[in-house]
Amino acid sequence: MATLQADFTLPLRAFALELALDVSGTVALVGPSGAGKTSVLRVIAGLLEPQRGRVSLDGERWLDSRTRVWVPPERRRVGLVFQDYALFPHLSVQANVAFGAGGRPVDALLERFRIGHLAAAHPQELSGGERQRVALARTLARDPAVLLLDEPLAALDAHTKTEVRHELAELLRELALPTLLVTHDYEDAAALADEVGVLVEGRLRQLGPPAELVARPRDAFVASFTGANLLRGRARRSDGALTAIRLESGEDLYSADEAEGDVGVVVYPWEVSVARTHAPDADSALNVVRGQVGSLVEVANRVRVRVGPVTAEVTAASAARLELADGGVAYATFKATGTRLVPL
Amino acid sequence: MFAAAAIAFAFLLFPIVAIFSRVSPGRLVAQLSRPVVTDALVLSLETSAIAQALVLLLGTPAAYLLATRRFRGRSLAVVLVELPLVLPPAVAGIGLIAAFGRFGLLGGTLDAFGIQLGLTQAAVVIAVAYVSSPLYVRQAIAAFEAVDTDLVAASRTLGAGPVRTFFRVVLPLARRGLAAGEALSFARGLGEFGATIMFAGSLQGVTQTLPLAIYQQFNVQPDGFTTALAMSALLVVVSGALLVALRVSLSWQPSRPTSRFLFAPSR
Repeated sequence: MATLQADFTLPLRAFALELALDVSGTVALVGPSGAGKTSVLRVIAGLLEPQRGRVSLDGERWLDSRTRVWVPPERRRVGLVFQDYALFPHLSVQANVAFGAGGRPVDALLERFRIGHLAAAHPQELSGGERQRVALARTLARDPAVLLLDEPLAALDAHTKTEVRHELAELLRELALPTLLVTHDYEDAAALADEVGVLVEGRLRQLGPPAELVARPRDAFVASFTGANLLRGRARRSDGALTAIRLESGEDLYSADEAEGDVGVVVYPWEVSVARTHAPDADSALNVVRGQVGSLVEVANRVRVRVGPVTAEVTAASAARLELADGGVAYATFKATGTRLVPL
Repeated sequence: MFAAAAIAFAFLLFPIVAIFSRVSPGRLVAQLSRPVVTDALVLSLETSAIAQALVLLLGTPAAYLLATRRFRGRSLAVVLVELPLVLPPAVAGIGLIAAFGRFGLLGGTLDAFGIQLGLTQAAVVIAVAYVSSPLYVRQAIAAFEAVDTDLVAASRTLGAGPVRTFFRVVLPLARRGLAAGEALSFARGLGEFGATIMFAGSLQGVTQTLPLAIYQQFNVQPDGFTTALAMSALLVVVSGALLVALRVSLSWQPSRPTSRFLFAPSR
């Protein structure tokens, strides 16, 4: 597979976007809104000109500020799918898809994306999912060498999202194009990409396979962004192999990581057990947080529940058995080995 | 409050009603076949057509540039474009004479090329274009600014260069605003009086447009006033039709799928 290389500096309003990235396979950039994610795509597509930098696809140079190379967007072989799809409202679905096809027939593409029956319709008559399929078909009709997706799932409702995400993952695998997608949702990124980069205020905080970001988050932001619980505390060395952390709430927790001073305590919801009673002698989990049961959120076949400051993920059956919906006091327990420490 | 509204409304409509009620419709129509009227009508239509073609040809790129480029002095340029709108017509006329007249700034240069504008149809075209173009350009800037920049960007990434993008995306999406601006510009140009009479004069069949003919006829006895009324009625009808067309084009929703039948997508 080809490799897209981007390395540039682009001053934005509040900060400068500084990024060096190789894309081969699917890479997802995640980050809060305003982190500069969309600008990254625009620089690569040629819609924004950075102050300095290089963008190239294998040997093909699209931008090089030193040698004053700048290829306009229409001659970079990129397919950019816009966040709200940017379908042409004055053209039919068929004409939208054919726009960049250079006269090649697009019927097969329409069929492939199940929009053949909508060929004569106009974008404003379509549902969100249909619009996304039209946008993808239109982009692929151009026969791009690189695929850029801006928040591909953000405009969809929760119901269609899971299904579309699955379809999109399959499509990306099939296309085997260098793909860069940006999203504010870590779960989407993890589901779609081989590598995930966390972008905050124009800088990459960490880049790696989704599993690595979860296993070894480099800092507190990466940890909370990947969906972990983040508790603040002060670590002090203890005699044994474990580090003790005094939380702001006064409770003590233990971790197998070494640290000192102010730290973030990271634990993922699926590593937290919930019980109505707690018997320290009968539990291998060293860490216990006692708290009121708060809001319950259903996620597929699981339930996310808050116990004091900690979010736990349990099965729907457990949630029912423990009558979590009724509220009250519960204990969240997790093992010291599943408790990571990160700098704040 | 209602009384004030009624008075205002009556005040605005009364003169128009008066035009049609002074003389019977039959006599009005009969007056329209007099040479002074047909000459003026033909001249008005010809000069308007040429002037508006110029306005569209030069005003559209200018408006697009002002709408999409950010450069130093852009807001000043936008204000200057509108200046002729608020200029008294007499001042516009003097300005045109001082610029393009025989003894004007460019008069000598034009003379060298054998061009004399005074008392020619070309002078009428220049006067009409000068006073009417700002209405079009102003509306066109607004129409181009309203085009979603993401659609332009999408077109570019789909392989269309700036020119193709302009004709296939920007122009179709801005067409309603452009049509509205052009209707306003056309109406203003058709009624042009002050700058034309000063710069081009009022020669029947050469520079005498309908408004100039109305002014000239209303002093002529015995039938002149009736002729002036007939021409006025004609202009009222044309202006009214333009206004209706303008309203209809502006109230059209861009998202209505009905538009597909009017502007079939090119394939």
